[in-house]
Parts: sequence; structure tokens; C-alpha cells
Amino acid sequence: MRVGEIVTAGFLALLSLYLMWKSTELPIGYIAGRGPGGGAWPFWLSAIMLICCGCIAFNWWRGSNPAAQSDEPVLDSHGWRTLLLVGGGIVGFVALVNIISMYGAIAVFLFYYTFILGRHRLILSLSISLITPIALFFFFEGAMRITMPSGLPFTDPVFNILYDIIY
Amino acid sequence: MDVLTLLADGMLLSLQPLNLAMILIGVTVGLFIGAMPGLGSVNGVAILLPVTFLVPPGSAIIFLAAIYYGAMYGGAVSSITLGIPGASTAVATTFDGRPLARQGRASLALVTAALASFVGGSVANILFTLFAPVLASVALSFGPPEVFALMLLAFATFVGLGGDDIPKTIFSICFGLVLGAIGFDQISGAPRLVLFDYNGFLQGIGFLVLAIGVYGIGEMLWTIEQTRGDVESNTPKMSIKGMAVDTKEAAKRGWRGTMIGSFLGFFVGVLPAAGATPGSLMSYGVTKMLSRKPDEFGKGAPDGVAAPEAANNSASTGSMLPMLTLGIPGSPTTAILLGGMVIWGLVPGPRLFVDEQEFVWGLIGSFYISNAAALLINLAFIPVFIWMLRMPFTILAPMIFVLSIAGGYAATRDMFDIWLMVVFGIGAFFLRKFDYPLAPAVLAIVLGPIAEPTLRQSLLLSSGDPSIFFTRPIAGPITIVALVLIFLPAVKLLRRGLGRRRKRPAQ
Repeated sequence: MRVGEIVTAGFLALLSLYLMWKSTELPIGYIAGRGPGGGAWPFWLSAIMLICCGCIAFNWWRGSNPAAQSDEPVLDSHGWRTLLLVGGGIVGFVALVNIISMYGAIAVFLFYYTFILGRHRLILSLSISLITPIALFFFFEGAMRITMPSGLPFTDPVFNILYDIIY
Repeated sequence: MDVLTLLADGMLLSLQPLNLAMILIGVTVGLFIGAMPGLGSVNGVAILLPVTFLVPPGSAIIFLAAIYYGAMYGGAVSSITLGIPGASTAVATTFDGRPLARQGRASLALVTAALASFVGGSVANILFTLFAPVLASVALSFGPPEVFALMLLAFATFVGLGGDDIPKTIFSICFGLVLGAIGFDQISGAPRLVLFDYNGFLQGIGFLVLAIGVYGIGEMLWTIEQTRGDVESNTPKMSIKGMAVDTKEAAKRGWRGTMIGSFLGFFVGVLPAAGATPGSLMSYGVTKMLSRKPDEFGKGAPDGVAAPEAANNSASTGSMLPMLTLGIPGSPTTAILLGGMVIWGLVPGPRLFVDEQEFVWGLIGSFYISNAAALLINLAFIPVFIWMLRMPFTILAPMIFVLSIAGGYAATRDMFDIWLMVVFGIGAFFLRKFDYPLAPAVLAIVLGPIAEPTLRQSLLLSSGDPSIFFTRPIAGPITIVALVLIFLPAVKLLRRGLGRRRKRPAQ
């Protein structure tokens, strides 16, 4: 954790510098008759962020916060595995939206999580994975009139049946 | 006619069968829309606006106001049960609502939220009825310096909320404000902070993208990692006796926050452009400051649920005031209501109270009825919300992810925003590991677009002289209180450090 704390502060300091530099694309000073320039607000806020990173680094050096005193790893093997399986699952879910539609991606993600990660019974996992996207379809498309991504054209026959029901 | 007679007439009007049906349907629909992460009162009112053309204007506005009420109650449900604030007004509710739910006391949190919302709504209704014209003129005296001072006060409250690590809290506030500045410069219209020159950033980053990323994805990943996926569900079964006990406890341990939130929320809600978000946050901060046990806040204090919930309900009624009396909407939802009124041929403004007396008092009467209906409907649905919490975590967690992604898309209709949510979620997971408070960033992204233009307009008014924030009669005291709140923790830390140094030589 100790190394992680200073690495995070360093990364955030770099981000602050980048935001300061990006803000200078618009004027950052006071323009007579027009007030502060468009870049002033984000520039000075980013500058305060940079100063805060300096303070965080100073506190780290003094060892005055729990993370700066801890020798534990940021993530143990289980933590990395969780991040990979759950976080990776979410990334996969979002990546699938434009291919098999929002509802298709929901079904696949729910099945992956409940059956593979959650180790629930096949029938329960299948029921949840099929009923939830159908219920969400009727809520979003039918009741709220919000159209979700429908994926590539091969999903059209399924959507045609569902749209026939609500319209 | 005196006010009470007019109000009684208005209440009778709103109790007519059609209007009463509109109130009951509106509140129930609003409750479920508000409870859905990503959807709030704005979505509900906007989506159902066309439906209202089927009924007379009076019933239509009563229906929309009932949705507004229901959604404000519903916002607390997702904050408490799922830990995801569906709207910015409910962010502060997660601070203590979620810890209570984790301790198996979700019903206490939900009952506290419902009661506080009811009291907040009732206090606001009474203030609205008695002081509408006077308060409207006070609201008009708030210019850019006063609004900026108010925003500064809200940011000062964040510093108090962020715990002991002040640099991390200030970093979080500034980060949220910078994220809120992405897109176009509001005054010159020039593109600004288009990160990595990616065009997706031109449309800016909305509150929901960050809120769902942080709470719906980041917080959930953190919970799964910390508990190793084995979150114990210790939510007891609901019973009428249990709810009665919770009601008693909510009244006993949440009254202070309820009263502070009811009054503070209303006055902040009345101000054009301020709205319920700063109101709920300030109420939380003030209640914590005045509490005898401030250490309990953030760990499951009923006062911490009551204050923001009373405030956001009170503010939502308050924000109707400038809309009806001046024609100035106090929040995005009231802007849509204003649009609806114009479509129905009603002209909001000072003449509305004279020309459309029956309509105005019918609406005000419906606020009272909607508030009571929202309390009863909300209490009736609490067992349903509790049942949801008893689901195994390996079913609840993917449901939360699905609702976050689908709800997020429903609000923004842009896949770029969904990818940003995922990035924010993973970033928030790591920042949470290093104790960076993230709520200030989420709230700052909402308040930034209000704070920046008011700061720039104020400085333009004073030709760049910042003393404008100290010399004006309303802005001055607010700015001074805000600065005291910002520097107080630093002074406390310095005193603590000096105290330690003095002790050492003595030893």
C-alpha cells in the first residue's frame, strides 16, 4: 500500500499537469471587459489538484496516513482475480452491447455471473438471464419509450417480434 | 379570501376523483422511476408530459407534480438498498443510508427517509402557502455573487465531510469541478478540455456517468473484493411490529436532521439555479456539525439519512415557488413543468396567482395530498425493497451492474458515456483503496456548471475585484462562513500538531 499511495499521487499529479496544459488552449488570465478567460477555471483548479498531490506526497513521506504506513499489497491474488473476473465481465458486457444488443448482452452477462461466478443452478441462472432482459425491454422500450442499442442486423427478427407486441 | 380558505378550496379540488387518481398513479410511477438508478424526476416528468394532454390542465400539472414527489421519495430507495444514488439529490443519502443497510437496518433507513421526506415536504408546503410572494422577491435579490457564495458554502461543507485527509478531499472536489468543465466553455462557446482530442468529450461529462461509475461499478467492485464475494445478507424479515419500532427510532434519532433539512432545503430550493443538491448536502453537513455524536455520521446515523431526504423534498417544493411566482425554474424538472404550463396556455408569473387562482390553489392543495400519499405508498412498498436486499449477493451484484449500465444508457443514450462509466468505476475502485473520498467529486460535477459562470459574471461585474464576494450584504456573510468552514479543519490540524510538539519536550 505504501508504494501504491505514492504511485497514485504521482499519477494524479501527472493528470493534473496534463489538465493544466490542456486548459491553456483557452486564455487563463483576466481579459479586460470580458472577465476571466475560458481556460482560467479548469487551469487554476488543476493547479490546486497539483498542490494537493504535493501535500499527499508530503503526508506519505511523514507516514501520517494509514496507507503510507501499511506494508500490505494493494491487491492480493484474490483481489486481482476478482478484478479480472468481475471487472473483465463488465468490460465484456459493454463490448457486447453493439454486437448482440443491450438486452442480449444483459442476458449473457447475467448468465456468466450467476452460473459461472455465482455457481447457481443452471435453471435459476437461465431463468434470471432470460426474464430480466425481457422485463427490461418492456420497461424501457414499452413504458419509457427509450430505445436501447439493438446490435448487428442478425438480431432484427427477435426485435421485430418484441416490437410487434408493444406497438 | 384568506389563504386558508383558498387552500381548503384547493385541497377539495385535488381530492376530486380524477385528480386523486392522478395523484395516486403519479406518486407510484414516480416512486419506481426515482428508485431506478439513472432515472429521476426529470425523466419521469419529461416522458409522461405528452400523456397529460389527455386530461384538463389542472389535473395534468397535479399528475406531474405527483410524479415529482414520488421520484424524490424514490431516489432514497436506490441510495439505501443498492448504494447507487439515482439522482444528485440523493448522493448524501448514501453516506449513512448504505451503511445502515449493510448493518441489516435497511428498514430503519427507508422508514427514516420516508418520514423525513414527509416532514420536509410538509414544512415546505406550509412555508410555500404562507410566504410565496415574499420569498420570491428574496430569491430575486440573489445575483451571481450570492449564488457563487452559496456554491462556495456547499464546497466548504465537502471539506467537513471528507474526514481527516483534507488534501484528498480538496483534490476530489477540484477533480469533479474540472470534469464538469469539460465540453464547451459556457460563456465563449469555445471547445474546452477535449481530452486526447477525442470528440466524445465535446458533449461534456454528466453527473450520472460519474455517479454510476463510482457507486454502481467502483463501489461494487470494492465490496466484492473486500468481502471476497461473500456478502452476508443480515436483513431481517419485515413485520408491522418491526416497522413500528423503526418508526419510533427514526422519529427519535432523526428529528434533528429532519428539522434542519426541512428549513435549509426549502430556502436553498427557492433560489433559482441552486436546487435540491446543494440543499441536501448542506443540510447533511450542518446536521453533522451540530450533532453531539458527529463520529457516528458516515457509519449509519439516522440523522444522516433524515437531513438530506428532508432537504431534497423540501427543496423540490421550494423550487416550484420561483417557477409559479416569477416564471423562473429552480431545477431541470420545474423547467419541464414550466414548459407544460406554457403549452396548456397558462402564463407563470406574478399574475398567475390573480388570473388563475383556482389552478394555483388546486396545485398547492395537491402538494399536501401528494406528500401524504407518497408517505403511505412508500411505507407500503418498503417490504418489497427489503425483499430485494435478501437476494443472494451473487444475484444482486450482477443485477446492480445491469441496472447501472442500462440505466446509464437510458439517461445519456451514448455508448461513449458507458465506456467512461467503466473507466470511472475501475479508477474509483483504486482510489477507494487509498481512501480518496469520491462523493465530493460526484457532487462537484453537478455544482461546477453553476459555480463557474457565476464566478466569471461576478468578476466581470467588479472588473476583476474579488472583494465583491465580501462587500455585498448577502454574499459577504455567506462567503465568510464558507471560508471559516474551509480553514477550520486546517487550523484544528495545526493546533493538534502544536499540542503534540509541546507535549514532547515536557515528556
